[in-house]
Amino acid sequence: MATEQSFNILDPFSSIDLNISDRADGIKGWAISNREVLEPIKSVFNSMIVSIEQALLAVPPLVMLLLIVLIAWQAAGRRVAIIVAVCLSVLGFLSPDAWQLAMTTLAIVVAAVITCVVIGLPLGILAGKSDRFETSIRPVLDTMQTIPAFVYLVPVVMLLGIGNVSGVIVTIIFALPPLVRLTSLGIRGVNESVVEAARAFGASPSQILFKVELPLAKPTILAGLNQTIMLSLSMVVIASMISVRGLGNEVLRAMGRLDAGKAIVGGLGIVMLAIVLDRITQGIGQSSRDRGRQKWWHHGPVGLIAPFITKKRENSAANTVPTINTERTNEA
Amino acid sequence: MTKANQEEVIRCDGIWKIFGQKSGQALEAIRRDGLTKREIRERFDCVVGVQDASFSVKRGEIFCIMGLSGSGKSTLIRHINRLIEPTAGSVIIEGQNVNAMNARDLRALRAERIGMVFQSMALMPHRTVRENVVFSLEVRGIDEDRRNKVARQSIEAVDLSGWENKYPDELSGGMQQRVGLARAIAADPTILLMDEPFSALDPLIRKQLQTTFMKLSAELHKTTVFITHDLDEAIRIGDRIAIMKDGVLVQIGTPEQIVTEPADDYVSDFVAGISKLDLVTAARVMQPLERYGQANPIGDMSMWPVARAEDKLNALVDLAVGTEHPILIKEQGQTVGVVTKRALLRGIQGRDESAPVMAEVH
Repeated sequence: MATEQSFNILDPFSSIDLNISDRADGIKGWAISNREVLEPIKSVFNSMIVSIEQALLAVPPLVMLLLIVLIAWQAAGRRVAIIVAVCLSVLGFLSPDAWQLAMTTLAIVVAAVITCVVIGLPLGILAGKSDRFETSIRPVLDTMQTIPAFVYLVPVVMLLGIGNVSGVIVTIIFALPPLVRLTSLGIRGVNESVVEAARAFGASPSQILFKVELPLAKPTILAGLNQTIMLSLSMVVIASMISVRGLGNEVLRAMGRLDAGKAIVGGLGIVMLAIVLDRITQGIGQSSRDRGRQKWWHHGPVGLIAPFITKKRENSAANTVPTINTERTNEA
Repeated sequence: MTKANQEEVIRCDGIWKIFGQKSGQALEAIRRDGLTKREIRERFDCVVGVQDASFSVKRGEIFCIMGLSGSGKSTLIRHINRLIEPTAGSVIIEGQNVNAMNARDLRALRAERIGMVFQSMALMPHRTVRENVVFSLEVRGIDEDRRNKVARQSIEAVDLSGWENKYPDELSGGMQQRVGLARAIAADPTILLMDEPFSALDPLIRKQLQTTFMKLSAELHKTTVFITHDLDEAIRIGDRIAIMKDGVLVQIGTPEQIVTEPADDYVSDFVAGISKLDLVTAARVMQPLERYGQANPIGDMSMWPVARAEDKLNALVDLAVGTEHPILIKEQGQTVGVVTKRALLRGIQGRDESAPVMAEVH
């Protein structure tokens, strides 16, 4: 062992042993002996995942497919809706139980992403506002993104046991950083003179945040959300090692049996799900001006039925819409 | 500038702004040892923005602060609504010390009593023209009906009716700044702060907006602090002008005072190119009738053209070209002075009547 060698100034590292791994083990042991503290958190996560999964599975697949296509149409337009319909159909026809597995995976992803937003958005805003917080959180985010998943897989399992909750926690660790980073970037990217104007007109800090900074940072934040969703999906296979069900588990089992065909089924399913989620969230990220500055309820399926529901309101709004383009001469 | 109400609305007392970590020490050093800006930068790594600026603006007055870029004028104007905290000194608005206000009162002051227009326009790109205009009302929680009404009025006042539902980037630069102006007057504030509002616009649009602004200002009687780097604009718009150089207010006075009695070489260089025709009044170039009579024979004065003391040189030139006689200046039927051709020409030059004559005509 290195400790028995005499100290060598040119190679100090091999002669000094700080026993870091043993100490870490000690911390782990202490944490495990106090694991019941985590029990409430665990049950909250568990009930969240279970209810999302049950909701997703309660809807018949065809209805669910239509629902997702309608959401895609609303959020991102007709073309994306068609792509989403095709992807979901391919996913469904991959194997008889592919749809069910996909919904389980989706439930895990949705639970992880919701938690990421709840944690990541405030952290990102804080990081965007405070340089000190940004510099202190950056190494943490770096660690979360680069440390191999297997390193925290084992401690998480020891603390929380195997199953979906651990899977969601592991996914959050991996998928959270881009949301924090891009929220911070978005807040920092807001034009300072606009913020100053808001201050000059008497806006409070929270009004500046909600009425100016967040709306202007929205495209960047949504890009972060998109990345968070994609990373969550990419964790699905690794999370299946700690007995998370769904498409990832299919891939893992198929690999164990060297069953390439089955692995392709699971893998393609994940890809299809990824395309669907990516296109929908990117569509939300597009600003309304790319679609002719309409409000979201003026187009898509809601735009088709909205006039029948809110006829009265639309009429009164129509009266106030002015006739334009004759006034350009003002500037001449 | 004969305002009935001469009450001070804004008063700035000895405002110092030093940017940097050690601003307090730097200020002390300046006061104690009289260090220069450069020494401050080297010794304390601080930048002096405003040095000991004091001025007051009366109700309804348009007060122009003129200076080149980097002279600290934008920094100074931001002290009035406390977007920038002074290192020393205080700002009093209608008897209230702005620097002693708590955050809530300050927000109320900004939203209800001060409107601001920015050089960069600083409109919110995600809001329509209407939503931009009524921002200050929205943050005060005023209901939508009232907001819509106010929006209509303000937008009409700047000739932008019909553009309410457009977004700022659909408008030309001149129109965007009109939105900025509409936003500033929407809450019907007492005070308007204009930070180089027309500098980013091309000359034709700038002139147009100056006219719009002066028309509005005549109607609304807002107390206005107007920042500009353009002396012509300052003279056109301002009731009084302050010239700022390197953070110091070099001279404060009416346009006529600034042009005819520049405080130092810097100001006189500045005003050298300015036409005196529409600035200088007869009162400034005339001499008493008796003195004129001592040097010249006074014949039949009935042929002499007559003008008033507050007439500008431009009007006197019109009178002078039609006659060989000097111009009589009368005030309520009484003759108060005489303007000779020589005095008129010297006045246009901006020089004293007694300036040496280069070549005598024999």
